[in-house]
Amino acid sequence: MSATPEIAVRNLRVSFGAGEARVAAVDDVSFEVMPGESHGLVGESGCGKSTILRAICGLNARWDGAIFVAGEKLAPRRSLALHRKVQMVFQDPYASLHPRHTVDTILHEPLAIHRLGDVNRRINDALDQVGLGRAFRFRFPHQLSGGQRQRVAIARAIILEPRILLLDEPTSALDVSIQAEVLNLLADLRRERGLTCLLVSHDLGVVAHMCERVGVMRSGRLLKETRVDALRAGAVAHEYTRRFIEASAGYDRAMVHAWAARDPQMENPT
Amino acid sequence: MSDPILAVENLTVRFPGPHGPVAAVRGVSFTLGRERVGIVGESGSGKSMTGRSILRIAPRTAEVRATRIAFHGEDLLAASEKRMRAIRGRRISMILQDPRFSLNPVMRVGDQVAESFRVHHPGRRAQARDRALDMLSQVRIREPKRVYDLYPHEVSGGMGQRIMIAMMLVPEPEVLIADEPTSALDVTVRTQVLAILDDLVTQRGLGLVFVSHDLNLVATFCDRVLVMYAGRIVEECRAADLARAAHPYTRGLLAAMPRLDAPRERLAVLQRDPAWLTA
Amino acid sequence: MSRPMARPRPAGWLTSQTAATALQATAQRLWFGWLRLLRNPLAVAGLAVIVALVLVAAFAPWIAPYDPNAQDLAIRLLPPGHAHLLGTDQVGRDILSRVVYGARITLYIVFLVAILVAPLGLAIGSVAGYAGGKVDALLMRLTDIFLAFPGLVLALAFVAALGPGLTNAVIAIALTHWPGFARLARAETLVVRSSDYISASRIQGASALRIVVRHVMPMCVPSVIVRTSLSMAGVILTAAGLGFLGLGAQPPSPEWGAMLASGRRFLIDYWWMPTFPGLAIMLVSLAFNLLGDGLRDVLDPRSE
Repeated sequence: MSATPEIAVRNLRVSFGAGEARVAAVDDVSFEVMPGESHGLVGESGCGKSTILRAICGLNARWDGAIFVAGEKLAPRRSLALHRKVQMVFQDPYASLHPRHTVDTILHEPLAIHRLGDVNRRINDALDQVGLGRAFRFRFPHQLSGGQRQRVAIARAIILEPRILLLDEPTSALDVSIQAEVLNLLADLRRERGLTCLLVSHDLGVVAHMCERVGVMRSGRLLKETRVDALRAGAVAHEYTRRFIEASAGYDRAMVHAWAARDPQMENPT
Repeated sequence: MSDPILAVENLTVRFPGPHGPVAAVRGVSFTLGRERVGIVGESGSGKSMTGRSILRIAPRTAEVRATRIAFHGEDLLAASEKRMRAIRGRRISMILQDPRFSLNPVMRVGDQVAESFRVHHPGRRAQARDRALDMLSQVRIREPKRVYDLYPHEVSGGMGQRIMIAMMLVPEPEVLIADEPTSALDVTVRTQVLAILDDLVTQRGLGLVFVSHDLNLVATFCDRVLVMYAGRIVEECRAADLARAAHPYTRGLLAAMPRLDAPRERLAVLQRDPAWLTA
Repeated sequence: MSRPMARPRPAGWLTSQTAATALQATAQRLWFGWLRLLRNPLAVAGLAVIVALVLVAAFAPWIAPYDPNAQDLAIRLLPPGHAHLLGTDQVGRDILSRVVYGARITLYIVFLVAILVAPLGLAIGSVAGYAGGKVDALLMRLTDIFLAFPGLVLALAFVAALGPGLTNAVIAIALTHWPGFARLARAETLVVRSSDYISASRIQGASALRIVVRHVMPMCVPSVIVRTSLSMAGVILTAAGLGFLGLGAQPPSPEWGAMLASGRRFLIDYWWMPTFPGLAIMLVSLAFNLLGDGLRDVLDPRSE
C-alpha cells in the first residue's frame, strides 16, 4: 500500500461574500484520505462539509490552500483526465437527474464527453452493477422512485470507472429501508472497485457504517478527526462532538440537563 | 386509564387516481389520552394524512371517511366547518415540519403568535401581545422583545420551530399533532427543541400525536408507537417494548437502520411481503 | 380488503410500461402530453381553429369560390348574400375568397416570425443566463435596446428603412419580439443553472456549450413554445396594424389587416367589409391564446 494519500486537503479556505459580509464557509481545514479508504465528514448544516466536496470536485473554483487528488495538485482549470478520476453522487435524487433525459441519455453523456467506445456494453454493465435491469434504460426520471433515481446517479458516477467517489449526503432524502439498500450497494461497489470514498453526512449512523475515519466539522472548522471505533468507544473530549454523538442516538430527557450542567456557556446555533 | 381524549375508528382517506381511487389511509384506528403517541412510517405510509384528517385539513380532493373521529365524544367528521374552526388551534393544534414554509414570510413572528391568540380570543389586542411575549419566553427564546419584531427569514431553523410551537400552544389546546416537527432541524438543535416540547406537553398535560419517519426518535420521545405501512397500522406497542416488536416490517426497519453503537457488515435489507398490504 | 385491480389495458407500443428504445420513450412522452392536452376543451378548440386555418390556407384554391383579385365594378359593395357569402368590397372582389387567401398570408407571417424569433431568443437568453458576467451584461443590454422601443414604432422604423412589403414587415416584427423570448430563456436558465444535474455534468467534464445546448435549452423550450403561441396573437395584430398603415402587405394582396384598412371608411354603411377580416383576425388570435394556455399546462415541467 502506497503512502501517498489519494486525497489531501491542506489549509483549505473557502469564503463567500465580500467586505463585512464575508463568511468563511471552510476555515483552514486539512485532512487526508488514503487509497481505498472511506473517510467521513460529519456535521450540522452550514458547517462547510459540502463546500469541501464541491471544492475537491471542481464546482467551486475559488478557494485558498492546496488540494491534491490522486497525487495531482489541483489548479483552477482541470483536465478531462482528472474529471474521470473523481466523481460525485448528490443528495437529492429528484434534482440530480435531468428531467428530460432518459436513463440511457444520462449514462451516455459521460461516455461521449470522454470519448469512450463500447457504449452499449458499458451502459448495460453500469445498470447491472447498481441493481437496475435493462428495462430501466429508456425511462425518464419521473418514472422512477427515489431509490431507483439514486441508483441511476450512482451508475452515472461509476460508469467512468473513477478512483475516487465523493458522496454528498447520498441517502438523506431516502426512506430508511431504501437507504439500507443504497448503502449496501455503495459498500459493495467500493469493495469491488477499490474506490476511495469521501462521504459527507449529517447522520452519524450512516457515516459510522460506511467509513473508517471521520472528521467532525462545525462552522467551517474541522474539530476532530478520529477513527470510528474510537468514536464508538466514547473516547471524545470535545463538548460539541460529544453532544452531537449523544443527540444522534435519540432523545433523552436527562441528556439536555447533562448538557447544560457540563457546559452552560456553550453557544448553540439556534 | 381515563377516557381517551381523541378516538379514531376506521379512518380511510382516498384520492382520485388515473385508474380509480387510491387509498392513502386504510382503516386506521387508535386512541389518544394524556400521553404521547408516535405514528411512524416511511413516505407514502399515510402518516401525515392521518394527522391532517383528524383536523379535517386534508386536501380538497381527498375523500375522508371514518366510523368515528371523536374528540371528547364529539364526532369531528360530522361537525360543521364553523365548529371545526373553533376546534382547530383552540382545542386541537398542529405543528408543521419546516418553519421556512409554515411561517408567513411577510409578517413579524411575534405578530403571528399574537394573531394565533386573537383568532380564538377576539377583541383582546393588548393582551395578545403580552401573551405572545410570554409564550416566546416559555419556548426559551432569550430576548422575546427583540425576537418579536423579527421576520421569519431572520431567525434560524431551530428558533423558527420554537416560534411555531409558541404559535400553536398560545391558544392552550388540549391535543397537539406534530407532523415531523424536527425533521428539518440539525440533530443538536432537535434535542433542544424536543426538550422544550417535552416540558410544555408535560406541564400542560397535553395529548401529543408525533408523526415522524424516524423510528428511533419516536421510540425515545413517545410513550406508545404506532407503525404505519401502506396506509395501515401494522404495529402498536409501548415505546419501551419496540425492540421486541412483532411485525416483520417493524423488525425490518429496526434492522435496516445504521447505528453508531451497533456496527454491522451489511445492513439488513427489508423484504416487503405483499401480504402486509392486505393484513 | 384488497385494492381494486385496474382494468387491464392492451399494452400498445405507446402505452407499454417499459420503453425499449429512445424513440419509443420520446414517442410515449409526446403521446401522454397529447392526451393531457386533449383534456382541456378550450385548448382543443384553439388547436382546431389553427388546424382549420392551415387547411383553409392549403386548400384555398378549392375553397375560395372566386378569384380574390378579380374586380367587377358591377357587383361592388354587395351585402352578404347567396352568390357572395360574405359580400363584396368596393371594387367588387369577393370578400370570402379574399379572407380565405388571406389565411395563407397570416400563416406565412406566423410561421416566419416563429422560426426567426424563438430560436434566436432561446439561444441568446440561455447563453446569457449560463455564461453570466460580461457576456450576460452585453447580451442583456442589447436586448434592452430593442425592448426600449414600443413594438409598433420599432416595426415602423424598420419597415421605413427596409421598404414596405410583407417580408420586410415580418422581419421587422421578428426584431421587436425576440427580446421577450431572450429574457424568458434567461430567467429559466438562471433557475436551471444551479441544479444538481448541471453540476453533475460539469463534474463529468462537459463543456459549457454541451451543457447549454443539451441541458439548459431543453428546460427552456417548454416556456418558449408557450410564449410563441401566446405571442402569435400579438404578431398577427401587429402585422394587421402594419397592413393597416400600408406598410405590410401591399395592395392588392388580401392580407387581413390591409382589408381592415381599406374597409374602414365603409364601416357604417357597408359593415361587412371590415368586419369579416376583423373577425378572422380575432378568431385566430384567440385560438393561439387558448392553445398557448393549454400548452403551458401540459409542458410545465413542474407538473410532471
